[in-house]
Amino acid sequence: MARKRETKTHELIRRFRYNKSAVFGLILILFLVVIAIFAPFIAPQDPTPSPPPLENSLKPGFWSNQSVPGHYLGTDMLGRDVLSRIIYGSRISLTVGFIAVGIATGLGILIGIAAGYYGGWIDNVLMRITDILFAFPSLLLAIVIVAVIGQGLDKAMIAIGIEYSPQMARVMRGSVLYIKEMEYIEAQKAIGSKNRRIIFRHVLPNSLSPVIVYGTLMMAGAILDAAALGFLGLGAQPPSPEWGAMLSESRFYIVSGAWWAATFPGIAIVLAVLGLNLLGDGLRDILDPRLKE
Amino acid sequence: MKWYIIKRLLQIIPVILGVTIIAFSLIHLAPGDPARTMLGQHATQQELDAIRAKYGLDKPLYEQYFIWLGNVLHGDLGRSILSHEQVTTEIAARFPNTIELAIAAMIFAVIIGVVAGIISATRQYSAADYTVMGIALFGISMPVFWLGIMLMMIFGVYLRWLPIGGRIDLLIPFHHITGFMVIDSIIALNGPALVSVLQHLILPAVALGTIPMAIIARTTRSSMLEVLRQDFIRTERAKGLSERRVIYKHAIRNALVPVVTVIGLNFGLLLSGAILTETVFSWPGVGRLVVDSVYSRDYPLVIGCILVFALVFVFVNLITDLLYTYIDPRIHYD
Repeated sequence: MARKRETKTHELIRRFRYNKSAVFGLILILFLVVIAIFAPFIAPQDPTPSPPPLENSLKPGFWSNQSVPGHYLGTDMLGRDVLSRIIYGSRISLTVGFIAVGIATGLGILIGIAAGYYGGWIDNVLMRITDILFAFPSLLLAIVIVAVIGQGLDKAMIAIGIEYSPQMARVMRGSVLYIKEMEYIEAQKAIGSKNRRIIFRHVLPNSLSPVIVYGTLMMAGAILDAAALGFLGLGAQPPSPEWGAMLSESRFYIVSGAWWAATFPGIAIVLAVLGLNLLGDGLRDILDPRLKE
Repeated sequence: MKWYIIKRLLQIIPVILGVTIIAFSLIHLAPGDPARTMLGQHATQQELDAIRAKYGLDKPLYEQYFIWLGNVLHGDLGRSILSHEQVTTEIAARFPNTIELAIAAMIFAVIIGVVAGIISATRQYSAADYTVMGIALFGISMPVFWLGIMLMMIFGVYLRWLPIGGRIDLLIPFHHITGFMVIDSIIALNGPALVSVLQHLILPAVALGTIPMAIIARTTRSSMLEVLRQDFIRTERAKGLSERRVIYKHAIRNALVPVVTVIGLNFGLLLSGAILTETVFSWPGVGRLVVDSVYSRDYPLVIGCILVFALVFVFVNLITDLLYTYIDPRIHYD
């Protein structure tokens, strides 16, 4: 048994290695994770020095002869090092993505299993509720929740988690409906297993592939939305080096020629989201060929 | 078909009711006294008493909901706390701006997306294909607000080809008729205004349209590739039709069916994106309004904007569904 499982894992890894874009996505994400973990050792400067070194305000980076030594990507309007802030910002974005998707997955699995496994009126009620939540454009739903629970990074995480939970619930429900009809579930019922045992031992483990695939893709969306809330001033608040908030603060200075402070945080967002999208697409091809477009 | 339309129309009623319940519950979920939520912190005792009587705030919640819903159905969403204007007036003044931006973005997304997708599919694995797919991949990974800032920086600040914000050059005389500024300047035969309005529209529309464009390009490509593999295309080719005719007369028509759904589904993305694009380009639309009112805790306005966004979204989804069954009669309605 153990041997067989190992070969299955080996097969998945082999298929993953042949998927060039998935490998590239994984490398991008691992790169960001390493940067996030070792931020204090990698960052050349303090991301939020206090008091801010205003004398270094809006200095260009390595490409210019007016740059200040040690500030490779230039400085923002308060003289803070853009590169160091981006490096520390990776911690925020990855955490937000992870926790928001965690919340969405937790809620989604509960709702999806309840609806898919038990069916009947429970399914009807839960699915009508997700229908209603789907009537809100995604970012708007997060904004509505922020309007109720207030602004800030922690609240943005919760809002984004709730925003994605109906999607995860739908994914989970579809998966449960499919597995419920399988013969091994029928067999479990025939030998008199309790619902709880069937759900936790059989339904849940077998429906994890779509959760992993969509969880990865949702993390890309969650990072984008967190940056969007930060940009709108409804998420992370200054002086937090959150990428969206950094963009928002520095965008007014592009008119005076300081393009770097608004450009580089955006590139960081693109890399994180691109990596997760590639990885998610790749995982979908490998784990769940049924889902392939 | 007729029954399907009726069924689909009936289906949206509970969704719309649900949306109104969520909007209504904001009054109570917002921190503090509901009467103050509706009036702000500077309301007088008299005003508070009046609003309590008007919305029956001493009655049970479900009764309050029906009173509130009755008011909403009469177009009464209360007054903005900040401006003291009617919420409906405030939204009506900005709504056409958002719709105009969304439509312009969609036109850009559909034209470029479909053309790029077709080029990509008919020249699969060519340099053109890889370029289009590469751009599409970056397109879906790009934050719309960052793209907006970059476009603004390149075309507005450095090249100075296009304005960096607003709807029209304020020195140009302009009269509002319908509220849709492109239409208004055409009706009034106001050439300079039309040019200025279009110039102000280009960058926000391209920024907002890029993500849907990328998705449409990818969908068109995969749908086109699938159609090109089908038997009837082989028959057409065997008949000796030119490749051009096969593609433009037969393949495209069939390939565009799923694209229609994707366009509809992406409208929500477009509305979310509009909130961000309007912020970047100081565009006086409902998206900017909802963010500002959340920021200033102007709950009557927040509720109004949410209702408008959700209703537009539900309506567009309905049209997409109906259009889809019209285009593809193979779909069964049961």
